[in-house]
Amino acid sequence: MTLSQGILLTIVLAPLAGSLLAGLFGRQIGRAGAHTVTILGVALSCALSCYVLYQLVWGGAPTYDQNVYTWFEVGQLSAHVGFLVDRLTAMMMVVVTFVSLMVHVYTIGYMADDDGYQRFFSYIALFTFSMLMLVMSNNFLQLFFGWEAVGLVSYLLIGFWYKRPSAIYANLKAFLVNRVGDFGFILGIAAVLYWLGSLDYAQAFQQAGRLEDLTLTLVPGHPWHAATVIGVLLFIGAMGKSAQVPLHVWLPDSMEGPTPISALIHAATMVTAGIFMVARMSPLYELSETALSFVLVIGATTALFTGLIGIVQNDIKRVVAYSTLSQLGYMTVALGVSAYSGAVYHLMTHAFFKALLFLGAGSVIIAMHHEQDMRYMGGLRKYMPVTYITMWIGSLALAGMPGFAGFFSKDAIIEAVGASQRAGSGYAYFCVMAGVFVTALYSFRLLYLTFHGKERFTVKAGHGAHHDDHHHEPGVLAHPPHESPWVVTLPLVMLAIPSLLIGWPTIGPMLFGDYFGRSIVVGEAHDVLGELGAEFHGPLAMVLHGFTQWPFWIAFAGFAVATYVYLIDPAAADRVRRALKPVHELLSHKYWIDELYYAVFAKGGVRLGRAFWRGGDAAVIDGAIDGSAALVARAAATLRGLQSGFLYHYAFAMIFGLVLLLAGFWLFGHV
Amino acid sequence: MITLSHYIVLGTILFCLSVAGVFINRKNVIVLLMAIELMLLAVNVNFVAFSRFLGDASGQVFVFFILTVAAAESAIGLAILTLLFRNRSTINVAEIDSMKG
Repeated sequence: MTLSQGILLTIVLAPLAGSLLAGLFGRQIGRAGAHTVTILGVALSCALSCYVLYQLVWGGAPTYDQNVYTWFEVGQLSAHVGFLVDRLTAMMMVVVTFVSLMVHVYTIGYMADDDGYQRFFSYIALFTFSMLMLVMSNNFLQLFFGWEAVGLVSYLLIGFWYKRPSAIYANLKAFLVNRVGDFGFILGIAAVLYWLGSLDYAQAFQQAGRLEDLTLTLVPGHPWHAATVIGVLLFIGAMGKSAQVPLHVWLPDSMEGPTPISALIHAATMVTAGIFMVARMSPLYELSETALSFVLVIGATTALFTGLIGIVQNDIKRVVAYSTLSQLGYMTVALGVSAYSGAVYHLMTHAFFKALLFLGAGSVIIAMHHEQDMRYMGGLRKYMPVTYITMWIGSLALAGMPGFAGFFSKDAIIEAVGASQRAGSGYAYFCVMAGVFVTALYSFRLLYLTFHGKERFTVKAGHGAHHDDHHHEPGVLAHPPHESPWVVTLPLVMLAIPSLLIGWPTIGPMLFGDYFGRSIVVGEAHDVLGELGAEFHGPLAMVLHGFTQWPFWIAFAGFAVATYVYLIDPAAADRVRRALKPVHELLSHKYWIDELYYAVFAKGGVRLGRAFWRGGDAAVIDGAIDGSAALVARAAATLRGLQSGFLYHYAFAMIFGLVLLLAGFWLFGHV
Repeated sequence: MITLSHYIVLGTILFCLSVAGVFINRKNVIVLLMAIELMLLAVNVNFVAFSRFLGDASGQVFVFFILTVAAAESAIGLAILTLLFRNRSTINVAEIDSMKG
């Protein structure tokens, strides 16, 4: 059994076709037509991805690695469009297309009243295409194409409601911050081409051994290993895309976009591209301890410190967004300790439960008539049981309740960090342990504030005529909250199932077995998952063991604190806030990082631009150009005096010139 | 004995006269035209003299061409002059300076 090129092409192109139809002919095919074509495209893609996964895992199909199209050839460099489909890719394809399909269905309900319905479907189908191009690529250039394409779609979707100034601000911010990362990324790709001579994964990885002896000296006396340079540069790209500190600032603001894309792009798939990329590049990263330590420290910082911000947010989507940042930090930590499989595994489980949480939050937002502030919610559980139950499942998975999907992946990561000897792993271990408490705290805080306790909204009939009235008073609803339509709840249920169960069958083969085969390379010396694997005796044993371990009890402490503060004694929250005022200030201002960036980079950029404009453009360039024009004009004004208009002056000039010429010949012309 | 030098001196004198005529004349365009004719004649004298002393007839052939062209040129020059007078009611050289920069 081998993978066919036709199937792979169909997987990639079906969403693109749907996107083009919905985007270019949206008016002709109408709303129903737009969602039909895009859903059909993505569903086809999803079904075929599952088939590909089946072929690879159970059918024994070999890895597919071929070029399908020559993009361009310049000298020695030839760029191809090609696919590398192994089990890592196949898993990503299934996750991407499945979550995308769920989000498509969900969007029918969520965007029902929106004017940009067709445009939205076109964008998310285009996103699916771009993401598939990214994960299925067999070379760096196509990876970069996908990388930029998902960034573009993300930009378009964050600014989907382009009449809101905050959305425009957010999408510009996302785009600019990502540019910073992408700059490092493309430098990394250039370094790969320079040192390894090929942009093709297979060839580059084959040549990777050459990096051992190569160095780059930027500061005299401090040579850098080539592998470290490549690793760090590529990871800077991942820091932008996967929103790691200090390039994380764009992700919370991206919540200005519609909720379905927060689930699809800014939680489940696009932001994990950086994680996927590093896992894919594991043969390169394994060569540099320094680069991996860098990854580890960045990831650990992200995991803990962004999670802390999540505790003080009041916007339901922002809580989930900070939780996403924190979970991405966990994945990065796993990469940093060479537990690439752990990172990718957490990527998969996280995709399901985080998409679920976002879509659940969206469902709550629908019910609350586009109110996102949790201070005006509460007691929603009796109005929307399906959302309530699925949100609980998602939160338990996020908090790492033994047995749920998140438990397996997060626990494996924490243990891998504990087992690692790499520089920085002590700090990372502290961060991920503390992160467990924080995760539980904000997850249950969200649930309690939203679904439990007293209703902090009032229903006033006749106020605000209909659903998408965005400008109502906070906490006042036109009619009581209600459960969302089936197109919204179906995806919630469909995502709740893997959030609950996916860990059981997959933990063995993916983390400790041979699922990834040669897609992920880990050096003998730091194969922490291999060490853990020796103690792994099946998922049930792991779950039972989990109850006796620190992470569970730390998470339980978070749960207990949240329960006391937000459920049993709601006044306690205010007391704690007053008692810890400086900490609360620090967190609610997100460590003043936005302000810092605004003051240093944004203002500094404006000031630098102004300096160049005034000093460089206006003074030097305009001065030179205007000056030379003025010089010509002045010279002409002087010289035009020679044109007297009198014939005899001209004749005299002629004769005089002739005489001069003859005299010259006569004096010097004897040659 | 009349030598080549005599002819050349004659040509030079004629040429200088004509140049002076162009420069010094400030009144009349017709005099200007005449001075140009004289200039051509000075050249013709040179041509004929050299032709005679070098024993090459082609110089004299040139003179005929020059005379023909000079006649045509005078005709055109006088025609232009007529038009000029019709338009500006003057042929005073000092007043014709519309090409002044």
